[in-house]
Amino acid sequence: LTDLERRQDRSPVPSGWDYAPAPEARDIVTLEERYGLYIGGELVEPRSGEYFRTLDPSREEPLAEVAQSGKEDVDLAVRAARDAFENGWSDISPAERAKYLFRIARILQERSREFAVLESLNGGKPIRESRDVDLPLTAAHFFYYAGWADKLEYAFPNRRPKPIGVAGQIIPWNFPLLMLAWKVAPALAAGNTVVLKPAETTPLSALLFADVLRQAELPPGVVNIITGDGRTGAELVKNEGVDKIAFTGSTEVGKAIQRELAGTGKKLTLELGGKAANIIFDDAALDQAVEGIVNGIYFNQGHVCCAGSRLLVQESIYEPVIEKLKQRLRTLRVGDPLDKNTDVGAINSREQLDKIKELVASGEEEGAEIYQPPCRLPEKGYWFVPTVFTNVAQSYRVAQEEIFGPVLSVLTFRTPDEAVEKANNTPYGLSAGVWTEKGSRILSIAQRLRAGVIWANTYNRFDPTSPFGGYKESGFGREGGLHGLEPYLDFDDSETRGE
Amino acid sequence: MAKAPALPTGFELPLEPRIPRIGSVDQVAVEERAATLARRSIKREAKLFALDLAVRIMDLTTLEGQDTPGKIAALASKAIRPDPSDPGIPSVAALCVYPNLVPAALEKVKGSSVKVASVATAFPSGQSPTHIKVAEVRDVVEMGADEVDMVIDRGAFLSGRYAKVYDEIVQVKEASGKAHLKVILEVGELGTYDNVRRASLLAMAAGADFIKTSTGKLPAAATLPVTLVMLEAIRDVYQETGRKVGMKPAGGIRQAKQAVQYLVQLYETLGAEWLTPDLYRIGASTLLNDVLMQIRKEKTGSYQSPDYFTID
Repeated sequence: LTDLERRQDRSPVPSGWDYAPAPEARDIVTLEERYGLYIGGELVEPRSGEYFRTLDPSREEPLAEVAQSGKEDVDLAVRAARDAFENGWSDISPAERAKYLFRIARILQERSREFAVLESLNGGKPIRESRDVDLPLTAAHFFYYAGWADKLEYAFPNRRPKPIGVAGQIIPWNFPLLMLAWKVAPALAAGNTVVLKPAETTPLSALLFADVLRQAELPPGVVNIITGDGRTGAELVKNEGVDKIAFTGSTEVGKAIQRELAGTGKKLTLELGGKAANIIFDDAALDQAVEGIVNGIYFNQGHVCCAGSRLLVQESIYEPVIEKLKQRLRTLRVGDPLDKNTDVGAINSREQLDKIKELVASGEEEGAEIYQPPCRLPEKGYWFVPTVFTNVAQSYRVAQEEIFGPVLSVLTFRTPDEAVEKANNTPYGLSAGVWTEKGSRILSIAQRLRAGVIWANTYNRFDPTSPFGGYKESGFGREGGLHGLEPYLDFDDSETRGE
Repeated sequence: MAKAPALPTGFELPLEPRIPRIGSVDQVAVEERAATLARRSIKREAKLFALDLAVRIMDLTTLEGQDTPGKIAALASKAIRPDPSDPGIPSVAALCVYPNLVPAALEKVKGSSVKVASVATAFPSGQSPTHIKVAEVRDVVEMGADEVDMVIDRGAFLSGRYAKVYDEIVQVKEASGKAHLKVILEVGELGTYDNVRRASLLAMAAGADFIKTSTGKLPAAATLPVTLVMLEAIRDVYQETGRKVGMKPAGGIRQAKQAVQYLVQLYETLGAEWLTPDLYRIGASTLLNDVLMQIRKEKTGSYQSPDYFTID
């Protein structure tokens, strides 16, 4: 019986359960030491001769050098795009255009692990998200718009849709590849050519995408990729050969672009910041609503323009919601973006981290109560603990300004009218969330919210068939869905108007 | 959860002991959350920890018309010493049998840590008069069963007679005496997550020590989302009253990988405190060998033939 006794003597379960590291292998990605520009179907050295380093934000280690495009480089890229537009791309049959888009979509699917790892390396986002969200959606966007390419006449009956020409596209660093897809896929489907500028801090997936274009045998010059900082973007906006600018990024830069383009006749769509209200009514399914709150603000470290950064909770359920939320925060796993169990990764850049810290400090100063779960952060790299502010007044900066980080501000309301009033009381109008078991309330509240995207009993869900875009200072124009084609088309409806 | 709002009318629940807001469950979101948790990647020492725990929390079960004392004897020695070639493997938590086999089971597990659980209350349908169910429970407790697994009256529940369900659990609890009471909701017959949540709260309010998903007699048995719904109800009761109620998913858990997923879900919902056979069990008849096989694989680095593991 000694053996038996020993078995019974086993000490009870240890107090915790440490998951062993589960890193995704990064050797699937082969990085060059230095990247040029993708112009006219070739990788070329920048005329500017300048390069800058791009980092792995989770380790603060350089990954590669990329080119800083100057005016001359932008000119070259735009000329290549113009050439491609006039000498072939706008004339080939729409079904042929679709074929290229389908090819790109399939290649992206085949190489999705490689792209997911690179996206996490260069951007800091958890591999779980780049693998399960960014990459599937990226491929889905190309598949979706491939389907429209030869059906434009049916999409816009009697309006004679025609491509615009050369589209200059400037994308942000929060979803580098997905934003590329949102921009490039509809532009090509509509028959345009493209000059794309990826964000300064996350250029690598766009440069790898150039290899996908090579594989897909896309004619040279149809898509050109130029890297650089804000100066490159400004050159692209100013360039006279560009017919349309599509920008996703901060409201501040968006306003500057709009001023620059005023009177030029260039078309413009802007997808800018947000300060979305996520409204929880007292009859909501609470545990799932708490998941929605977490997904709304901590998804992608809160680097999401449509993040549910203002939580509006009905006062009667304030305590249980906050208690559940704090509990849930304690289970979030912050750390190595390449670990398959990581929920919250690294902040994208030092600059962004400083901005988050500055706003969080202002929240504490103004009198909000801060909660941060106990959390071991890596020593190197840019990190910020998931944060909740309670006791927030509508006038605090943390309730007004876009933080673009894992920071939630909690406000309360008593009645549906008050919820709508508070939700709309912001210069932004990109998105909102409504949580209630009552269908009629979802409809009535959604009608009164001034936001481009409204989620009911879910949050941060995207689909290529669904248009996305803002009201007020969150921008104009829609991406995704049928609506997403319109900004890339000119219409000749004179006949139908009887002119 | 200090201020639980009043209960909706038409829902007969006693106010003492207090139970949390009944609320509701969003099907899409709860299934998504369960799926996300199931994708955790558990490796090496963390996996070994989970597999070892899976053995210690297992209710090794046989509930067949053809069960005999001989079968029970074989299962009992497996329960005590699951892998005779590896003394590091712990005993399972309990042996779960029909009432008639309780004496045989008790006899065989004597001197070990393995408990004997008996199903009762007209298992699996529960479609018998209450006094017969209560009498059955008295009998198995008298025979010496450590734990009683009862079924709720789904007929009463689905026709809205919640008080009948409640009263019956109260009576069974009383009849169980010192034996631990596990209340089987038979989630496969409840139809919605909302019903699973209500039945969970009802059972806990009536005095259940454990709530359990299924009898194992239906094709629709334990699933990750349904177990998550029950864990969240347990968490709410704990928040509200400080009482810790145990959880037992049963039916359909046949692979070690699934067991690890259930434990991850438990750990990330209720925390490390619940990682004990006192508060969590997995009811299974064929899971054990797969777990043993995985443990040996983790320890030796290679898979071995199933013939090296006894079929009992």
